[in-house]
Amino acid sequence: MADNVKPKVRVPKTAAAGEVITLKTLISHPMESGQRKDADGNLIPRSIINRFTCDFNEQNVIDVTMEPAISTNPYFEFQATVPEAGTFTFTWYDDDGSVYTDTQDIAIG
Amino acid sequence: MKFSRRETMLMALGASAVAMLPMPAMADVDELIAAFTGGAEVGEGGLTLTAPEIAENGNTVPVEVSAPGAVSIMLLATGNPTPGAATFNFGPLAGSQSASTRIRLAKTQNVMAVAKMADGSFVQVTQEVKVTIGGCGG
Repeated sequence: MADNVKPKVRVPKTAAAGEVITLKTLISHPMESGQRKDADGNLIPRSIINRFTCDFNEQNVIDVTMEPAISTNPYFEFQATVPEAGTFTFTWYDDDGSVYTDTQDIAIG
Repeated sequence: MKFSRRETMLMALGASAVAMLPMPAMADVDELIAAFTGGAEVGEGGLTLTAPEIAENGNTVPVEVSAPGAVSIMLLATGNPTPGAATFNFGPLAGSQSASTRIRLAKTQNVMAVAKMADGSFVQVTQEVKVTIGGCGG
């Protein structure tokens, strides 16, 4: 597992039913591309987050397949429809098998 | 110096092999697009790719794709050693078929997006991004 992997997510506290809201996510991760070499000229093996998903009450919002061209500390901004109060679940899948999750509740109001 | 017919043939073969060398990256791009579209015709329009004209730092280039009515959008950095960047698949609760992220660009190149629309058609858009400092190490 890469060190200090910390997801950060920005979700509004409340929304009107059916409203479209903007979500911003950032996760600290080195996203080693597998192209770089260390000081001795050895290739540093690839180690990236290869998939990111966002669900709301178990219904999918977005599912992103990620390749090495995604920058260090992957950032995503996208929009979701909020039909009811509930919970957003954000999941990141690491190359090494680790799974990082974050959840955010949203109320109708 | 005189060449036999056989030698001439071999030299021609060698020359064509050298000429083919820069090709693999482009072939990768075509393969990725073919894998995404299943070989279907790719049209234009209805897909917006927002990227800076000049990126000072290729390590983190903000890119936004937007295609109302798309099922999924594939983003490609055609000049990178591995051209695939990301594929966005939009679920039933997606508020709009758009997303932004930050990508690495190894050098000045064309960034491409290919979108699969709900009716099964495909559209693509390309934009050149000039990169001052490349973002793939080495």
